[in-house]
Amino acid sequence: MQKTLEVSIWRGGSEGRYEVFSVPKRDNQTVLDIVTWIQRNADPTLSYRFACRVGVCGSCAMTVNGKPRWTCRTHVSKVIGDGKLEIAPLANLPVVKDLTTDMSRFFEKWQEAKGHFVPSKTRADPIEQISPESTERRAANEAIECINCGVCFAACDSVRWNDDYFGPAALNRAWTLVNDVRDAGNKERLKAVAAKGGCHNCHSHQSCEQLCPQALNPTASIAGLKRRTMQAYIRGEL
Amino acid sequence: MNVRLYVLQRATAALMVPLIAIHLVTILYAIGGGLSAKEVLARTQGSLGWGLFYGLFVLAASVHAAIGVRSVLAEWSPMRGRSLDIFMWVFGAVLMVLGLRAVVAVVM
Amino acid sequence: MKPRNSAYRHDTLWLAAMIHRLSGVALAVFLPLHFLVLGLAIEGEARLDGFFKWTDSPLVKLAETGLVILLAVHLLGGIRILVIENLAWRPGQKRMAMAALGASVVAGVAFLARAF
Repeated sequence: MQKTLEVSIWRGGSEGRYEVFSVPKRDNQTVLDIVTWIQRNADPTLSYRFACRVGVCGSCAMTVNGKPRWTCRTHVSKVIGDGKLEIAPLANLPVVKDLTTDMSRFFEKWQEAKGHFVPSKTRADPIEQISPESTERRAANEAIECINCGVCFAACDSVRWNDDYFGPAALNRAWTLVNDVRDAGNKERLKAVAAKGGCHNCHSHQSCEQLCPQALNPTASIAGLKRRTMQAYIRGEL
Repeated sequence: MNVRLYVLQRATAALMVPLIAIHLVTILYAIGGGLSAKEVLARTQGSLGWGLFYGLFVLAASVHAAIGVRSVLAEWSPMRGRSLDIFMWVFGAVLMVLGLRAVVAVVM
Repeated sequence: MKPRNSAYRHDTLWLAAMIHRLSGVALAVFLPLHFLVLGLAIEGEARLDGFFKWTDSPLVKLAETGLVILLAVHLLGGIRILVIENLAWRPGQKRMAMAALGASVVAGVAFLARAF
């Protein structure tokens, strides 16, 4: 007799219910495997997102037993605990349907935090010589590998409590640009991250740092922004 | 929360680190053998040092607590914008007035 | 109903942040009362002494121990935040948070021992 797992899957929008499915239990199984099996064999109306399946794109992030994770990189055996598996969409975002969320807010805040590069040179200028060992480049490199999966945003209490807050990912990216010596937009960027929804709303709960699948540290990046904005404020530049 | 409130809150926090340490040690010393007004006032009355110490402590704590509670209310209550600022100023003022009155009470 | 997503909040560092926040609110509530009591000295030493006699009970001493722990935990938790925000990142945050809690309890026990 084949062993099965009882899996609760969120159905509906921001309001809805959990539906339980019986899924064949396999020795090696990721949460994404489970969701895929359900959609292909039990209920084709289940909506979910995925792309690469191998932990490089960040599309499959969902809430698994209460924690936001990449489902393709989450082995069922690691999270099944007391035999229960509960899968829901990412938190802090409007739910489109079932396990898919509308990530517009996430990207809009990216823009509000000025998390985009502003060029200072033209193609006619010589290439900027940047040593990978420089303090700024090391700081930028430590934070640069963000693939916008939304796990940190979903985990963040300040995002949950404060609609204006830009969130860990947007501020983490702003920090990499503050450390990019080629960027010409830092005056505006520091103003943006020092304003209402900015870095000072972070209370260093460190949920982002604990859960980032890329092992990034938005708490530290945001601390860096706090230092920079404080210095700018004291110098009267803000 | 913005940069100005943040700087004030962290600056008063840093300032209060040594003040609280001294306060805790004083409390531990004073509580031995029971609290008595005679003992407390003998230490503080006429003392410029304690007056300045507690005066500074009250000012820092008032600013720090007002901004801190404002943050909590901004995140955990329906209050927004103006009402938060009004609360912050009023609470800070209340703490400052009561606190400085207490300093005067034990130093004069 | 709404989807459930709170499991990760039982994390050590999340609890440390909550304790820091709640201890701050508790101290903010206590502070005006503390100032009012000390202000009794305006009416003279006897008035303040009267209050002290009234609070000379084991239950009050236990509450005062709680206050000492709240103050210590808020101070030490605050120092941890000041370090995160102003100095280079260091690992071992969970250990630091636990140490702060432990030291606060020690301060409370010291107070309790002196108070009785």
